[in-house]
Amino acid sequence: MTHVLLRHREIPDIGKLSVYQDNGGLAAFKNAVTKMKPGEVIDVVKNSGLRGRGGAGFPTGMKWSFADAKSWPHYMVANADESEPGTFKDREVMENNPFQFLEGVMIGSYAVGANIAYIYLRGEFWQIAESLDRKIAEMEAEGYLGDKIFGTDYSLRIYTHLGAGAYICGEETALLESLEGRRGQPRVRPPFPPSEGLYGKPTIINNVETFTNVPMIMANGAEWYKSMGTADAPGVKIFSLSGRVRKPGNYELPFGTTFRDLIYKYGGGVQDSRSVRAIMPAGASSSLILVDDDSILDTPMDYLEVRKLKSELGSASVIIVDDTVSMDWLINKTVHFFRHESCGKCTPCREGTFWMSHLTERIHTGQAVRADVDLLLNVAKQMQGKCLCALGEFSTMAVVSSLERFREDFDKAVQA
Amino acid sequence: MSLAEKYPQEVQQILSKYPPHGKRSALMPLLFIAQRDEGYISKAAMQDIAALLDITETEVAGVVGFYTLYHEEKEGKYRIQVCTDLPCALRGAEGFMGDLCDHLKIKAGETTEDGLVTVEAVMCLAACDRAPMFQLQGPDAIEYHEHMTVEKTMELIGELKQSEG
Repeated sequence: MTHVLLRHREIPDIGKLSVYQDNGGLAAFKNAVTKMKPGEVIDVVKNSGLRGRGGAGFPTGMKWSFADAKSWPHYMVANADESEPGTFKDREVMENNPFQFLEGVMIGSYAVGANIAYIYLRGEFWQIAESLDRKIAEMEAEGYLGDKIFGTDYSLRIYTHLGAGAYICGEETALLESLEGRRGQPRVRPPFPPSEGLYGKPTIINNVETFTNVPMIMANGAEWYKSMGTADAPGVKIFSLSGRVRKPGNYELPFGTTFRDLIYKYGGGVQDSRSVRAIMPAGASSSLILVDDDSILDTPMDYLEVRKLKSELGSASVIIVDDTVSMDWLINKTVHFFRHESCGKCTPCREGTFWMSHLTERIHTGQAVRADVDLLLNVAKQMQGKCLCALGEFSTMAVVSSLERFREDFDKAVQA
Repeated sequence: MSLAEKYPQEVQQILSKYPPHGKRSALMPLLFIAQRDEGYISKAAMQDIAALLDITETEVAGVVGFYTLYHEEKEGKYRIQVCTDLPCALRGAEGFMGDLCDHLKIKAGETTEDGLVTVEAVMCLAACDRAPMFQLQGPDAIEYHEHMTVEKTMELIGELKQSEG
């Protein structure tokens, strides 16, 4: 299959502007700005069925249409804070096919009427930010960015902005706080960013992978895009495969590809030929899928089908856990992550992740009694539905699902 | 000497990215410059930046303390920040980190005697398919080093030592 997003795998030099242009690059942006009304661009994206790739799966075209037309200026923001354990797809796109991502940002900015777009990158992506700055300057020199683009009235400038190490800044309102020079702590919503976002103005925030789809959709049409994937989730997705597989990496596949194909056909199977015990399809934020029946691996990966396994597809960061792994160790890892990354603004998350980490540490190191396991479940359940943003909720997912689905590991840890 | 006097062009370029009423957005990029300058963010740098952006020192300190890439104390000139999060841990990151520390005769979080290298465990760096891996945070760059072994890391440290003379 020819790639739609990871096109550098067929066209190795696509990260050069001239090569990108030779392969049809920036024609979709030019066509949009010179021949289409913003609303028409939004309609194409709506019709394509594109859903946000950051994890929530919200319909992209619909989000764009929410930008409040009574309040100006509008801002476009690319969320390049990729930090979910198990996710490394946006990085590959920005390193290797950067112009397609940038063109997506440009088309989106035109569609929502933004004259300024910010790319918020996690601070660790320092080298990527430098490289994007150079690409942006090249496009400015060739007249794709700047004032009165292609002789129209439309102007656009793109700026990169580096974070400094905080998972929470992937949450869109925390990202905006950070971009405004504050601690990355989520805002109370509503108002949502499309009505009040950056500097209090309407702001549309999309994930890197989401943007990278847009030029191809504009070039080839909504029907072409919908011919791939499933009705629930049209198009292609980059699955970041990690954990105990022979060939971890990014695999761009249509939605609806089965876990089995991802793990065995593309990922080369499980290390040491062991068997899959659990799957975390949405990184550390996942509910663990218990693979106690081989047919579970035949589940097609889209939002709806994964939900039937009492988990979520999220950003499709698929972590494979084999039968050498004990779940008391695993949740001790995930809980410590969330405790470290909790921003401290709301009490259930700040206190809950703290207490959960004490309990998981105690259980994992063999210091716990049976009542500690019950208490852990109790703390996790008390947090659910009470946190200001999704981070707190996510921190409980692996805990509750592993206690419910892999109880024997905890019983063993307590007895030992 | 203030940052604006020392690096007028760079500071101006950062400020120009944001609208006048959004001047505070320049805080994080300015902190990176201050850190590059001194190896950490000093009290004096915080005062300087606060004055430049018309905010209080407390607001600046609150931001410095929140983000893990800002450092308030001078430690190793280079920081080897090993990801030991779940996906890397499933591929041997914890063993790598332990062996590396043993080799350097330090514990996680400590700095080598010559003050060159601090080894720390950090959270996910979006390189889960290339573990064991770390980022090398130096004075003016952050570099990724992937598919690492202790031998390769010791070679890298040797090169850093040489370049420092």
